Amino acid sequence: MIMKNTFKTFLALIVVIATSAFTIVNTGYDVGDIATDFKLENIDGNMVSLADYKDAKGFIVIFTCNTCPYAVAYEDRVEALNKKYADKGYPVIAIMPNNPNVKQGDNMAAMQARAKAKGFTFPYLMDKGQKIYPQYGATKTPHVYILQKTKKGAQVKYIGAIDDNYQDASAVTKTYAEDAVNALLEGKEVPETKTRAIGCSIKV
Amino acid sequence: MKYIILVFSVAFFSFGMTNNHVNSSEDIKIERSKDPLKVFNYDELEKYLTSKDDSKTYVINFWATWCAPCVKELPYFEELNANYSNQNVEVILVSLDFPKQIETKLIPFLEKKDLKSEVVVLDDVDSNTWIPKVNKDWSGAIPATVIYNKSKTKFYERSFNYQELEKELKQFIK
Repeated sequence: MIMKNTFKTFLALIVVIATSAFTIVNTGYDVGDIATDFKLENIDGNMVSLADYKDAKGFIVIFTCNTCPYAVAYEDRVEALNKKYADKGYPVIAIMPNNPNVKQGDNMAAMQARAKAKGFTFPYLMDKGQKIYPQYGATKTPHVYILQKTKKGAQVKYIGAIDDNYQDASAVTKTYAEDAVNALLEGKEVPETKTRAIGCSIKV
Repeated sequence: MKYIILVFSVAFFSFGMTNNHVNSSEDIKIERSKDPLKVFNYDELEKYLTSKDDSKTYVINFWATWCAPCVKELPYFEELNANYSNQNVEVILVSLDFPKQIETKLIPFLEKKDLKSEVVVLDDVDSNTWIPKVNKDWSGAIPATVIYNKSKTKFYERSFNYQELEKELKQFIK
């Protein structure tokens, strides 16, 4: 009996440790979840929603900003992704998640200036009130969510990095985001559904 | 019973950053001020950290000069290092500054701030491989901090003020 109780205590202890150790993960979407639509202001003053894209097969949603060096390092590659995939049905939708009162360099005027200087062809939206990024579970810039339209809604198919070399676009060996979209376009499973990269924490 | 204990220890050890490494018997003692800045890839960093005195508690902070919240909390890590070095605590600041900015930004910054804690540079682009090795829950956002000693490891993807940092450290040195 004592043995049995000890055993129970042990089991309970393991459950406690397991839950405390393994549920610290950020809330937000996992691969397979249905992502929320939004209505956010673009740099041109218009409101943009996923629902506006009637012909899209999915989306490359990228949480990014002006002020993070990692995000800046990826600007041209984000633009290249949009050029390559918008016509194929996977446009880039960039969302700026930082609080512009904390990061002046990420306010609407700065976003407009940056988009103009870089010639962005994708929408660059302000997550006004910072309501959307927590639902996605974005923690940093840049942070990519690739969504595929399904009957249930926009399903998360990939979360993570754009590629495996933030320092040098020419030295990239793994194009994670492209590989994911290519797989979706071919009706295949995404080869690597989650990757990680260093980024700047979202400023609240 | 043995089985349960095994599950327990696997759950515990898989969570740590350095718990699963054997410490080398020879400890390397280095004075930073006399040495050039060390630039490591992840494997080298891990090797370096595991080669250190395993009787100490280490506070490893991942930061960069361009990361505003990181720079803001640096003084707290410095203060912690100063206040607890006599209690076998060592702060190591792992810079993620871009390699091309080491000379132009990081070194001038270190000279200006006169940091007393050891600073090393982690230059490893394959972050998808090494981030989960630091901690499986780390999304990759900085600042991030690991506190560990030979019996315990905790990971924090957040910013600290001094009181919060000290409170966490005290869990390791009581």
